[in-house]
Amino acid sequence: MSDRLSFTLRINGAEHELTLDPRVTLLDALREHLHLTGTKKGCDQGQCGACTVLVDGRRINSCLTLAVMHEGDEITTIEGLGTPDNLHPMQQAFLDRDGYQCGYCTPGQIMSAVAVLDEIGRGVPSHVTANICAAPPLTDEEVRERMSGNLCRCAAYPNIIAAIRDVSGGAA
Amino acid sequence: MKAFSYERATGVDDALEMVAQPGAKFIAGGTNLLDLMKLGIEAPAHLVDINRLGLDAIEPTEDGGLRIGALVRNTDLAADLRVRRDYAVLARALVSGASGQLRNKATTAGNLLQRTRCPYFYNTDMPCNKRSPGSGCAAIGGLSHNLGILGTSDACIATHASDMAVALRVLDATIEVAGPGGARRAIPIAEFHRLPGDTPHIETTLQSNEMIVAVTLPPPAGGTQIYRKVRERASYAFASVSVALVTRHGQVERAAFGGLAPKPWRVDASGAVDDVADAVLAGARPTPDNGYKLDLTRRTLATALADAMRLEATP
Repeated sequence: MSDRLSFTLRINGAEHELTLDPRVTLLDALREHLHLTGTKKGCDQGQCGACTVLVDGRRINSCLTLAVMHEGDEITTIEGLGTPDNLHPMQQAFLDRDGYQCGYCTPGQIMSAVAVLDEIGRGVPSHVTANICAAPPLTDEEVRERMSGNLCRCAAYPNIIAAIRDVSGGAA
Repeated sequence: MKAFSYERATGVDDALEMVAQPGAKFIAGGTNLLDLMKLGIEAPAHLVDINRLGLDAIEPTEDGGLRIGALVRNTDLAADLRVRRDYAVLARALVSGASGQLRNKATTAGNLLQRTRCPYFYNTDMPCNKRSPGSGCAAIGGLSHNLGILGTSDACIATHASDMAVALRVLDATIEVAGPGGARRAIPIAEFHRLPGDTPHIETTLQSNEMIVAVTLPPPAGGTQIYRKVRERASYAFASVSVALVTRHGQVERAAFGGLAPKPWRVDASGAVDDVADAVLAGARPTPDNGYKLDLTRRTLATALADAMRLEATP
């Protein structure tokens, strides 16, 4: 047993006091200690994207980072994106487009999708960006490449792309 | 995961003092280290968190190059306008690796220090000289279709997994290192990664009491810059073969390769595809599973040069 550490995490705008073993990942802190179970554990090794959350507005795999490393950061989970009565446009689009089947990967897909549109808006290039010096275009190809860190074993990919394109302003 | 103690460093000298204790390791992005710690392959007794040291600036150098802080995240390095314009091969290599989530966390220094993805290094039930020195190499005679053909030894045939490092190698980057007592030294990237020989567990010339503080790029190489990566799926996979190229007038000026060797593999050859391919493949030692990499290297190089000629023709 490691010595426990006391620290504060700011999640979805609220402060949470925690006393945890330093081995606890951000993912396990969210799910097991704060009971924010919207963020899912899939592979627990950074390959599936089910655990995607935003830290200071940027998407990361919460399974590959320690909770204690995020003292002072602004963490956003699927619970902070929207509520059942007031869905985020990306959540609504996934519903409208049936962008899931079993739903397990969906919170991670949605968090990643929100960040993808932000990244394209900020001009972050991707592997499929033809002119790396220009603003990346908003195409299906770009969205697909940027979403490759989120797996969906039900293969809802076509409807996930459609949902993201709805939010981004329609087909190219 | 084995228990460890944790502390957060606030400055480089502070961090170097903290890492001097037995079993201590730095953690930055953590995307590779924590994965290995969960599997028991890495088991530090103490973690020194260096994420709050700063070291996250990209600044011009006096000679017209660029100095990249050790903690600049892969996403931010690839998105930097100077990198995209003047060191396109680096931006291209960065976005061909990992996923968006991982690139947001992974750092410049951590990317250089990542461990191999050899399946036998990851499988703690199997012998591996890199993970457990002297235990043997299960990859030799095992399933080796994605392992190395160049620079390997009878003790280890693992490859270095980084795309970024291949681009840094073709650009002749320098690794800036801080050591105890204010010591500073610069390591050319050619001398940073070691070949396995009979000590595959020693992967770099960085000492355990040292820390990378920056990576420096010389003034832009110009020419047309290409990074072409061949992998087993279209995205988010390690290279079977990759090539970082600088071309001029339809000829290869500089070339470095990934997916073939325990370090980014630069070849001292230029000119036509066959000349460069012959030079890089001289001394190749493929296994029965990965002889395909000989042809694939030649074809990847040819395709990358064709890409470059198309770019050269675009005004």
